[in-house]
Amino acid sequence: MVLNGLLKEKRAVLVERWREALFESYPLETRQFFRKEKDRFQNPVAHRLSRGIEGLYGALLQETEEEELKGYLDEIIRVKAVQDFSPSQALAFIFLLKGLIREELAAELCDEELGRQCLEFESHIDGLALLGFEVYMQCREKLSEIRIDEVKRRVSGLLRKAGLGMELE
Amino acid sequence: MAKVPTPKELTRINYRPPAKSWMDTKPEFRPGVYLNAPSPKWLEMIGYPYPRKWSVPDEDWHLPPDWKEIILAGMEDRLKRFRTLKLFFDICVRCGACADKCHYFLGSGDPKNMPVLRAELLRSVYRRYFKTAGKLLGEVAGARDLTEDVLKEWFFYLYQCTECRRCSLFCPYGIDMAEMTILGRELLSSVGINIEWVMASVASCYEKVGHIGATPHAYKDMIDFFAEECERITGILPEVTYNRKGAEILFIAPSGDYFADPGTYTYMGYLLLFQYLGLDYTISTYAAEGGNFGYFISHEMGKRLNAKFYEEAKRLGVKWILGGECGHMWRVCNQYMTTWHGPATFLEVPKSPITGTVFEHAREHKMVHICEFTADLIHHGKLKLDPQRNAHLKLTFHDSCNTSRAMGIFEEPRYIIRHVLPEGHFFEMPPNTIREKTFCCGSGSGVNADEYLEMRMRGGFPRANAVRYVHDKYGVNHLGCICAIDRAVLPTLMAYWVPGMEITGIHELVGNALVFDDEIERTTDLRDRDLVGVGKAEEAEGEAEDE
Repeated sequence: MVLNGLLKEKRAVLVERWREALFESYPLETRQFFRKEKDRFQNPVAHRLSRGIEGLYGALLQETEEEELKGYLDEIIRVKAVQDFSPSQALAFIFLLKGLIREELAAELCDEELGRQCLEFESHIDGLALLGFEVYMQCREKLSEIRIDEVKRRVSGLLRKAGLGMELE
Repeated sequence: MAKVPTPKELTRINYRPPAKSWMDTKPEFRPGVYLNAPSPKWLEMIGYPYPRKWSVPDEDWHLPPDWKEIILAGMEDRLKRFRTLKLFFDICVRCGACADKCHYFLGSGDPKNMPVLRAELLRSVYRRYFKTAGKLLGEVAGARDLTEDVLKEWFFYLYQCTECRRCSLFCPYGIDMAEMTILGRELLSSVGINIEWVMASVASCYEKVGHIGATPHAYKDMIDFFAEECERITGILPEVTYNRKGAEILFIAPSGDYFADPGTYTYMGYLLLFQYLGLDYTISTYAAEGGNFGYFISHEMGKRLNAKFYEEAKRLGVKWILGGECGHMWRVCNQYMTTWHGPATFLEVPKSPITGTVFEHAREHKMVHICEFTADLIHHGKLKLDPQRNAHLKLTFHDSCNTSRAMGIFEEPRYIIRHVLPEGHFFEMPPNTIREKTFCCGSGSGVNADEYLEMRMRGGFPRANAVRYVHDKYGVNHLGCICAIDRAVLPTLMAYWVPGMEITGIHELVGNALVFDDEIERTTDLRDRDLVGVGKAEEAEGEAEDE
């Protein structure tokens, strides 16, 4: 028996629990709304968070390029980076998967070999968290950058007229 | 061992919100999520009460000693003057139809942004001081005392409403939440609580030309420059007149269009169109701002700024007023202007001098939106257009809240778009995110200050989410709009959520497509970007020469 197979078997339940753990970071009324509304345009945050969680879970079970992983992380972190979360709070959801796996596979993990594989898998999750720092920083840096660009753009017509045009891209 | 919190502890202690009643949860003012307090000089310029230095994150906001009496007296006064306010306080049954319709709730996940709960912030105070049950039973009857914390909470949430009225659309009673926000902000203003971005804009518009406080000659200079730019690109030099008495039409555009890109290109489009038609119009350096930041904070200030329109139309003796691509300007003109100033009997019912169309819907206020004007021109075959000049665009259209929900302008811009773009280049966003159900840009009603960026990214997320969909699915690369605030803020919103998306006004596209008899060969659009085929043709020629 290998851990990967077990995680694939438990995919539906673990993805659901991981998503729930992520939703738990929002107030009660918001969580209820996140669960209820299925339209992706009427419930954009839940849609984006779910998309990220599903993508990440699938990606962790196979060889995945770093860029793809970052893409899934971005789905979640880009939202959290502008909401009321500190950096640690915004990234905490990544580590929560460890506990969920240990709970969900508690019986199976008594097996020594599976336990070893689980430790290895948890290292992957740690790696994912490191990538998460990068994504979080990119989002926050982007905020600073676009704030500066916007201030410039406010008078860009005037600057262009004065021959002081600048590249905003 | 070091005492490091585990992720689970993090989630348990901080990450999960405390299970407190909404009445007890105070807002936390940290950078990025509050708007700066205004400099006292702006308030002094317009004679607003209690100018003083104060700072939002400070504990002490230096309120006047009798602030509470002022607010309650102001509330009582407005309850008598505004039937909408009285109805709003008394008839809302908290059915929750509006709860999940607010872009700020959807993007922030903060339940106090559900319009029903945001309204409760004001209503709880109303109950406490104006309703018997609330006076006697207090919190049990959903009433609460007006304290400084409550006032701070009003400030926090009334500036997270962009007065877009999406919630009103779904309200079975049609409660106009935008008006409630304006009245709430009026009350705050009465004790000197305002924001820098709005007050600076209001004072600048009041004393000078537009929201950045330009002088009349700087304004003229800028528009002359656009005319020269038009000539450089098209070979056509639009003739522009300023403050010309006896012109048939007074043209008023939002100031965003003459200082800030990409609105500036929209302005070039206006000038080219008017030149093409030989329109008898003039531009005023007095009534030079279509936008009205005053309206965002009080009816009274909205009226003071808006008065310039009719005053100038009367002074110049024009027949009617044509307005540029602006959003909230049209709610003001369509729904408030004649109430504020009385019927404009000195003007005529707008009639297109080119097609003879009489704009009956503008019979009362005598103002026509440029999209209505241009759509009519196209309908009558008065414009020669080459859509191929916009072939580098794949466009989707963002309905601006005010032109759509306050005026019902849905078809006109789309009609223009279909005629200035090649077939198959226009893609609609999903139906529940456009037309009257459109999502706000997240930065309307004066909250488009840069210090508020983080909050604005939340509010604009539902809009961006729908844009991303058509971007990914159809390769859409331009987002069209007919609002200057949109043109100012959507580039920022898109840079964060949907990189690679450009913003454009619709008359910029008209300017690109218009074919003049005596124009030079067009190789670029109004932004100096190569037209499709032009760059490649040159490259091919170059290659041939090399060989």
